[in-house]
Amino acid sequence: MEFITDTLAVFPALFGAVPIVLQLAAGAMLLALVLGLLTALARISQSKVLRAVAVFFVEVIRGTPLLVQLVYIFFVLPSIGIAIDPVPAGILGLGINYAAYLSEVFRSAILSVEAGQTEAALSLGYTPTKALWRVVIPQSFVVSLGPIGNYFIAMVKDTALTSVIAVTEILKTANILNSQTFQTTEIYTAAAILYLMLSLPLARIVVLMERKARSRG
Amino acid sequence: MADNIINVHEVHKTFVSEDKQSLWDRFRGRTHEARRVEVLKGVNLQVTQSETVVILGSSGSGKSTLLRCINKLETIDSGRIYVHGHLVGYREQNGELVAERASITAKKRTDVGMVFQHFNLFLNKTALGNVMAPLRDVKKMSAADARTKAVHHLEMVGLGDKLDNYPTKLSGGQKQRVAIARALAMEPAVMLFDEPTSALDPELVGEVLAVIKRIAEEGTTMVIVTHEMQFAREIATRIVVMDQGLIVEEGPPEIIFTNPQHDKTRALLSRSQTSPN
Ligand SMILES: Nc1ncnc2c1ncn2[C@@H]1O[C@H](COP(=O)(O)OP(=O)(O)O)[C@@H](O)[C@H]1O
Ligand SMILES: [Mg+2]
Repeated sequence: MEFITDTLAVFPALFGAVPIVLQLAAGAMLLALVLGLLTALARISQSKVLRAVAVFFVEVIRGTPLLVQLVYIFFVLPSIGIAIDPVPAGILGLGINYAAYLSEVFRSAILSVEAGQTEAALSLGYTPTKALWRVVIPQSFVVSLGPIGNYFIAMVKDTALTSVIAVTEILKTANILNSQTFQTTEIYTAAAILYLMLSLPLARIVVLMERKARSRG
Repeated sequence: MADNIINVHEVHKTFVSEDKQSLWDRFRGRTHEARRVEVLKGVNLQVTQSETVVILGSSGSGKSTLLRCINKLETIDSGRIYVHGHLVGYREQNGELVAERASITAKKRTDVGMVFQHFNLFLNKTALGNVMAPLRDVKKMSAADARTKAVHHLEMVGLGDKLDNYPTKLSGGQKQRVAIARALAMEPAVMLFDEPTSALDPELVGEVLAVIKRIAEEGTTMVIVTHEMQFAREIATRIVVMDQGLIVEEGPPEIIFTNPQHDKTRALLSRSQTSPN
């Protein structure tokens, strides 16, 4: 009984970190969507150079841990004169990392729209660029909605990693509380529950969005 | 000739399919084999205003490639294709073909409507949305004008009651009629049909052929690739027979069907007479 009330008592302090988490996740997702789409377009472009750059980017990012990337941005970049505050650094690190994964989602979604639709658009007088943006990308976006949603949920949880670069998100806040009160079990139980409270409704929303998108086609 | 809508002159086209070269072969400096298929071997074809040209030929003879070259969905190696007196996809420089800007090609393509074997509808749009999209995106019409025009063309192909259906909720015949309405609404100078009924269940073929026939009767210039011999005979003002990348015989249907000169034409006609449909 005492454990439950003590755990509940931790929540108000942790709630204060929720806006930062949402800010991180929303900012990083926006960056990841834009950068991911650009990377996907580069990968399917005619230009060998663009394709090579995109492949290199994706492989480097996917081949190294997100934690190392965050540390690199926050602790290594300042040594070459690029100092970034914790929250922007977190958004940058998470955004770039997820862009690499989302680019693969976008690329396969774009390729999944049959070439015949593009040919029809061309024969109707669309330029190749216009066919891509008006015909292919809207459809690949619908196909990508589910994976994008799932990556967003994963990203909300991955914001915990930014605790190592001094972002006072949920985990960092819990660490601080723990060093003051040593109620380790209660504090981290509350933190875990808080992450669940964020991710479960999001998972529900993703399912609903997917269902809605599917019912149209 | 000035009233030539399409003028295909000595067109050659070879497909080169590059076999994927392994890293090891490249390392060894081994040159890789490219498979080359000459699909068009010097094709000449003129289509004038209000003609209905039907192209016959067995599978693989190059019919689709010829249609696709006419609106530059394929490149050509040599020769010239003029639509309304203009090259499509190219400009001529010192006697050579040079690729032109994509936006210029796009503008010229609005003169050529194309209907594909597999419909190629935009799957995220309703029947109405499919016909409206190019009117909005390419012709820059207002939503209201595009809608009026799209509804008109869908009614013409008998789909006035299916405006809000997505392609998944349409039969093959209905999909193809939407595709025809979509191409016609752009008011092209010529319509190309590439086996418009080959992907349809037999009982749906008739409704599509009826629509095409009506369009022909309205004087639309058309080039149709089809295996429907009876239809070809009824609708064509001229029959063109292709074999292995060449036009081997052409003429009015009453002559081609009653007195074919080329072995290939005879073979095609006899095969269609012995087959059940
Ligand atoms: N994109 C391509 N790459 C390689 N070969 C092709 C390609 N398209 C068509 N071909 C070949 O060209 C020949 C003619 O094809 P096509 O024009 O489709 O004939 P048809 O429409 O008369 O059946 C066939 O042998 C086919 O395999
Ligand atoms: Mg064909």
